Amino acid sequence: MGKEELEKRIVLSPDGEPIEIDPINDYFCQDLPEVEKKSSIAILEKFQNWARSRSLWVLGFGTGCGAIEMRPLMTPKFDAYRYGIQWRPTPRQSDVFVISGYLSVKTLKRVIRSYEQMQGPKYVIALGSCTINGGMYWDSYNTINRLDHYIPVDVYIAGCMPRPEALLAGFEQLKKIIREGRGEGANLYAENFEWYKANQKKIIKDWDMPDYNW
Amino acid sequence: MSKLFSIKEDRSLYPEKNVEGKIDVDLSSHKYLKMWHGPQHPGITGNMSLEITLLGDEVMDCETHVGYLHRGFEKLMERRKYIQCFPLVCRVAVPEPDFNEYCFAAAMEELAGIEVPETAQWLRTLVLEMGRLSSYLMWIGGQSGAFGQGIVGQWSNYMRDSILDRFEELTGGRIYHMYIIPGGVRGLLPDGFKDRMEENLKFIESMMKDIDRVMFNNAVFKKRSVGMGIIEKEWVTKFGITGPNARSTGIPMDVRKDYPYLMYPKLDFEPVTAQYSDIYNRADVRRRDLLMSVDLIRQIMAKMPEKGEIRAETPNVLHWKVPAGQTYKRAECTRGEYGYFMVSDGSEYPRRINVRGPSYTHAVALLEKMIINCNLSDIAGLMVSLHTYPPEIER
Amino acid sequence: MKELIDRLKTSYTVEDYIQQRSDLAHITVSKETAVDFISHLQRVEGYKHLVILTAVDWIEDGKFQLTYLLNNPEMKNDINVKVFIERENATMESIHHLWEQARTYQRELKEMFGIDFPGSPGVDKPFILEGWHDLPPYRRDFDTKKYSEETYFPRPGREKNDPATYMKQKLYPNE
Repeated sequence: MGKEELEKRIVLSPDGEPIEIDPINDYFCQDLPEVEKKSSIAILEKFQNWARSRSLWVLGFGTGCGAIEMRPLMTPKFDAYRYGIQWRPTPRQSDVFVISGYLSVKTLKRVIRSYEQMQGPKYVIALGSCTINGGMYWDSYNTINRLDHYIPVDVYIAGCMPRPEALLAGFEQLKKIIREGRGEGANLYAENFEWYKANQKKIIKDWDMPDYNW
Repeated sequence: MSKLFSIKEDRSLYPEKNVEGKIDVDLSSHKYLKMWHGPQHPGITGNMSLEITLLGDEVMDCETHVGYLHRGFEKLMERRKYIQCFPLVCRVAVPEPDFNEYCFAAAMEELAGIEVPETAQWLRTLVLEMGRLSSYLMWIGGQSGAFGQGIVGQWSNYMRDSILDRFEELTGGRIYHMYIIPGGVRGLLPDGFKDRMEENLKFIESMMKDIDRVMFNNAVFKKRSVGMGIIEKEWVTKFGITGPNARSTGIPMDVRKDYPYLMYPKLDFEPVTAQYSDIYNRADVRRRDLLMSVDLIRQIMAKMPEKGEIRAETPNVLHWKVPAGQTYKRAECTRGEYGYFMVSDGSEYPRRINVRGPSYTHAVALLEKMIINCNLSDIAGLMVSLHTYPPEIER
Repeated sequence: MKELIDRLKTSYTVEDYIQQRSDLAHITVSKETAVDFISHLQRVEGYKHLVILTAVDWIEDGKFQLTYLLNNPEMKNDINVKVFIERENATMESIHHLWEQARTYQRELKEMFGIDFPGSPGVDKPFILEGWHDLPPYRRDFDTKKYSEETYFPRPGREKNDPATYMKQKLYPNE
């Protein structure tokens, strides 16, 4: 994202009228996330959770080297489609974000944007040791150490690289969590929004996007 | 190239190029659209992005943005002993990590003056060819997928899985093997490995016939790829193009033949070339290279000795001081010339390692040139046909 | 390759020459003649292919070593042209007019080592890092471990042993 595109400027409309725009305020909604209340009818809530756990749509964003095991996962040998898991190309349609490995600061910025654009309820699976404590890049100047300081994580899958079987087990675990009504990542993010933002802004030095973009 | 993409209709409204060969983009004229292709985009190879300026659906200007996968390997290796670098080097390029291990080990062995036993060299050759095969099988799915044929990706990933199973049997790891270590390799072939490998190769050969029918003889694939994204012969040295991208222009440059390493001089093969380089020919060169790789694996398994020494004498790896010196070691990977430039200052830690990934030249300077006047819907196919892979650009 | 070096020595001052192996030679030339020397190799001697352009930080001597690895596709050999430049306010002449990909290498060197290449297109634009305010990271005096521990919330409970001492205790206690 180039900086000059975000400066206040005056543009001419096709009719030749000057329009003053302030991209950060005009192009993005300024509302902050809200906590979504649970349904007051318990059985309805249970039904919703059951339905959510049965169709997990994964955002197709290979953030790190873990993306290499996603293809075997989705193709005939391991075939995750049979569990209701499938790829979606856009954050708007997906509800599971698989963080496939280490995140550099530059990618983290895009991950936050993509995560915030996803519709709730949304879940995060962190894949690989490097999302837990930095893994083998623990002393690198450009990769984050703990993912859960920046976005809420539901399931960790340890290993470098975790096998597709481990991924399938991770998805099963996520389904269990959702069915039990513990998949509250989006609400956790809304509740502790300021803490997450402070952490994110600490490492993303050139913050040039709105606080919450959706 | 522009001739092939030209549209017969009136192009007088299209912008003139300035002296640098670029157009002056005035975004406020409402004629252009600036958009980001990636990093979160299914039509991008790995985690990188293109900032493209469009006029209609034709690309006018493009800038490659990389660095989303930067882990600072070259810095981290300076903090680690030589043997501790081995878990790191294989993670530079994920689809075929063995070339990294080989280049790193070979550079170390050259500086330290270590001779690798013959059996170990055969095993290294075998692992490199298996890596090449699995990487091509992954690529072929991407290439067909970019032009809308998802089925080929399903088949090729299944074939790739069968090679990964053999990798697991031989090295213990599916993706990262760390099989090649300084002075040799970690183990001999397990019992019955050759039979199971032969079974896999037969299966791959039969499936490749199906892929020929479905992909290479498919009218849609041909229409979208023939005459599209041409690499001129003069660009090869000007842009530093290597590997299948260079071979498809008709230049038989193959590190395996030109700078023989390991056991390649004892194998019988000829570099695969094509007449001129468009997406179709590049894909065809890679397909024939894939089949050649199958043949090479057969040759290796027939010629290699069953048993033998697999590790040379090395100093204690914890206190191994590699003599001071500088060297460059190269190997042919699926995308082109892979190389490690190693500087040692005589201590236990490497002074500097520089990785030369072939995508470094293909994905930045070359892609930015080739993509001009390309159609928006063809960008994915063009990128895959260069076989770019971001982690080796930024390391 | 010996003949080639002798021929080059007649017209250029070669400061140092090491034959690494039969197809790789290291040649050191001065900063002033380097670009001229490289373009001579490219145009006349057939070293048409720029394999890598990288730098080595010799912090003890206060020098950067720039490495231009040139390849001759016909003779199948390489020359590593080494150029030593001062570490303070490091600048070097650009070679983007000789090879198209050189500008990418120079952009990376500017960002990672702080070596300036005036005139190279887009050399000041960030290439890999984004919003970086510290020392250029590939310099030897930049401590990546310290930076990481201060910035990225290390997870408590992770033991960070020095692998050498740890392995020695575990595997070779008597050594």
